[in-house]
Amino acid sequence: MEQLLQAFPGPLPLEAMYGKLAFYLVALVVGIAFGYSLEIGGFGKSTKLAAQFYFTDMTVFKVMFMGIIVAMVLVFGASALGWLDYNRVFVNPTYLWPGMVGGLIMGVGFVIGGFCPGTSLVALATLKKDGIAFVAGLTVGIFTFGENIDALFSDFWNSSNYGRFTLGDLFGVPLGVLVFSIVVMALLLFWLVEYVEDQVNGQKERFKNRKQKLSGAAILIFVAALVMIKGQPTVEQKWEWMAETEQSRIDSREVQIAPAEMLEFIDNDLVRTVLIDVRNESDFNLFHIIDAQHVSLTEIGAKAEKEYLHTPVNTLFIVMSNDEQSATEAWKLMRAQSIENVYILEHGINGWLDTFNDLVIESDPLAGNTPVPMDDRLAQEDEVLHYSFEAALGSNYAVADPVIHDHEFEFIPKVKMKVKKASGGG
Amino acid sequence: MSETALKTAKPFANPYVAGTLLGIVLFMAFLLTGSGLGASGPINRVLVFIEDIIAPQHVDTTPYLIPMAGGATNPLDNAFVFLTIGILIGGFVSGYFNNRLSFTTGKGPRINNRTRWGMAFLGGILMGYGARFARGCTSGQGLSGGAVLSVGSWVFLLAVFVGAYSVAHLLRKLWT
Repeated sequence: MEQLLQAFPGPLPLEAMYGKLAFYLVALVVGIAFGYSLEIGGFGKSTKLAAQFYFTDMTVFKVMFMGIIVAMVLVFGASALGWLDYNRVFVNPTYLWPGMVGGLIMGVGFVIGGFCPGTSLVALATLKKDGIAFVAGLTVGIFTFGENIDALFSDFWNSSNYGRFTLGDLFGVPLGVLVFSIVVMALLLFWLVEYVEDQVNGQKERFKNRKQKLSGAAILIFVAALVMIKGQPTVEQKWEWMAETEQSRIDSREVQIAPAEMLEFIDNDLVRTVLIDVRNESDFNLFHIIDAQHVSLTEIGAKAEKEYLHTPVNTLFIVMSNDEQSATEAWKLMRAQSIENVYILEHGINGWLDTFNDLVIESDPLAGNTPVPMDDRLAQEDEVLHYSFEAALGSNYAVADPVIHDHEFEFIPKVKMKVKKASGGG
Repeated sequence: MSETALKTAKPFANPYVAGTLLGIVLFMAFLLTGSGLGASGPINRVLVFIEDIIAPQHVDTTPYLIPMAGGATNPLDNAFVFLTIGILIGGFVSGYFNNRLSFTTGKGPRINNRTRWGMAFLGGILMGYGARFARGCTSGQGLSGGAVLSVGSWVFLLAVFVGAYSVAHLLRKLWT
């Protein structure tokens, strides 16, 4: 139990903690609850589902949007309180045009078939014959897609990929404000569809259970307003929440990797290594390791959220500065944005040069420019380059991409690749 | 006729109550698994599983199928498959306790059963194809992505409604 509490903020790593079987069992239970809620909402009955298209019964619309806003308020409320890490929640990647085309096809299929995939499973489970026919068709449709997508529409299907793209990014407003606005809009829409229902059916159903409806709406607005006022956590806040465990990883030096280990990973084709150099621009221009990106400390938080969060699971991030001070700051910011597999280059660029410079010169004595170690006085200072460079050649020095044969390096391997879990539904 | 079918089916829950429950379930899915709900993906996986038994070479050479079942990967080894089995169980349990299990056909008054089944099959094909095209169905893409504010999911939801309402009048004979 204590272990479970320590795993917060969620999503909880159930699979890592209790094994695959337990994780699948939880998925099964969630599925049961999902199927149950759909069934009691009337989603197993095609005539009820189709009625929404003729404005006689807007149940589907109400259940669906109620589900969306309740889940949304809970997700962002939990995120505001530090219980759920939104950065690690799967947000369906936006493929704009394919999504739109797929949606249009489904809309037509909805009217013709009377179900959507999830609801047809509930219809099947409650033995409805039209549900069974629908699921059979569904299977054929899914099979057809799998068989011909590569041949027919592969380019289009993979086009307009915006990755993880939220309404907050689109409108440039805080997520809490969006949550509140969507709740208010949904409630207005509920009122509108009930009005339309009554007009079409010639009834006055909308006045039924008025007290309950109004108090429900009031609760939703109140909670959404709290979510908006509290706001989503900043990077600094997120770091504070994790500081206790993460600071100890820094102190015990389990995240500072030796230059030789880093070199091994650069040469390892199975791992995608991203080198992030956080020094000032002039030092970066003087010398940097091959393929390193220059990212300043002020930019790294935003870049992590926009870019590094969405890299393939086999990505290894290594941050570096002249020594370790700025790199450690960068590491904290990356971790606060929930980036996994981040490490610090031990003693930074100086450490790298200390390890490889002489070896590179040894193996190719005729090489042109090489970094020259400075005198001791300057070399005492932290976060200052301990080498001088004749020209700002960036990564054109041989030691930026060292090829070293016949040399055994001794180091303690520290990288443990953590495979994050993010799978889409459907 | 079975005894349950003789009893009258209980009325459905209030839509706002059902929606609230659905929202809580969806939130729990995010908290416990990191992703939302879904239904069309797992059907795909079951299909690919069968395909992999019949024609493993074909699966191993089709780019779209490889991540699911290429080589020794078992397409059923996925949480969403269990979630889907759960949907079937949950739907059945609720249907059983509310007397809504019945071997019947839901249809509009102006068409016969056969037409309805044919249309259900046809609509199913479109839904299946469209759901894979959109990378998720109404639950996996619309509901789940909508709740976590994915732009693509909101565009998708809008497209579903536009698609449906633009043909609803034309196809009114099916339902009214």
